[in-house]
Amino acid sequence: MKRFYGTELPNPLMLGTAQYPSPAILEQAFRASGAGVATVSLRREGAGGAGQAFWSMIRDLGVLILPNTAGCHTVKEAVTTAHMAREVFDTPWIKLELIGHTDSLQPDVFQLVEAARILTEEGFQVFPYTTEDLIVAERLLAAGCQVLMPWGAPIGSGRGLNNEYALRAMRAEFPDVPLVVDAGIGPPSHAAHAMELGYDAVLLNTAVARAGDPVAMAQAMALAVQAGQRAHQADPIEPRDMAEPSTPVIGKAFLS
Amino acid sequence: MKIVINGEPREVNAETLGELLAECCFSGRVATAVNEEFVPSSLRIAHKLAEGDRVEVVAPMQGG
Repeated sequence: MKRFYGTELPNPLMLGTAQYPSPAILEQAFRASGAGVATVSLRREGAGGAGQAFWSMIRDLGVLILPNTAGCHTVKEAVTTAHMAREVFDTPWIKLELIGHTDSLQPDVFQLVEAARILTEEGFQVFPYTTEDLIVAERLLAAGCQVLMPWGAPIGSGRGLNNEYALRAMRAEFPDVPLVVDAGIGPPSHAAHAMELGYDAVLLNTAVARAGDPVAMAQAMALAVQAGQRAHQADPIEPRDMAEPSTPVIGKAFLS
Repeated sequence: MKIVINGEPREVNAETLGELLAECCFSGRVATAVNEEFVPSSLRIAHKLAEGDRVEVVAPMQGG
């Protein structure tokens, strides 16, 4: 498996920590998923210190922490958030989100490249949430990113890989860059699909957290990414238009 | 002095950011910004507050 800024992930699943019915279910889902990376965020601290209890629970999971800049709409906001995240979570990793459109939560790729350049210069290891655009991908790599995270579909939509053609092209164009499908996963088959294309990991949250049984779904996702990864390594057959008998024709008894 | 902390106007005695965190009982893992500029924890004690400053105090939270 490829290294993410020098770190080998224990498995190809990155799991978000938001929207679970309870902290206990979040914790059980993580353990069931075996995910090696947890995404987290920063929000205003309340009087009761809610953030401290959450931090204590996440730390006990023993997983790698990937803080995000979710909800940021400007370079300045994202860069400031990244600095705060680095201090709070004590990691140079940052999932860089720069939202450009309210309904689709589509990344603003122009600001994304600019923020990635600034943060890389300031010593961050940037995981950019981007689109499947190859030129943007090139610019992000030139800005210093060593990982790319194209969307499968809009965040929380559960639509799967909206543009499989472009995701395949990205995989072919950047064979040595760790690539993660981030967002848009619905059922586990979507996650398996991403892995079958040769992606190195899948990042998802809503698909598990909002499932009727998040713990069971977390386990299903773990199995799916494992199946997809193994399938990719096994070199799947190409589709064809016409049937090809799998049972040998030669030697069939003549009975008509 | 009146400052705005996490969007709420508040009258405080603190003169520095470090004193403000203590006065408002923030502890543990938090990060701070004053007037939209990040202030690292090492500089909080020395960071003088001014009337009307907007202070943000953030902590770990669930995220995707």
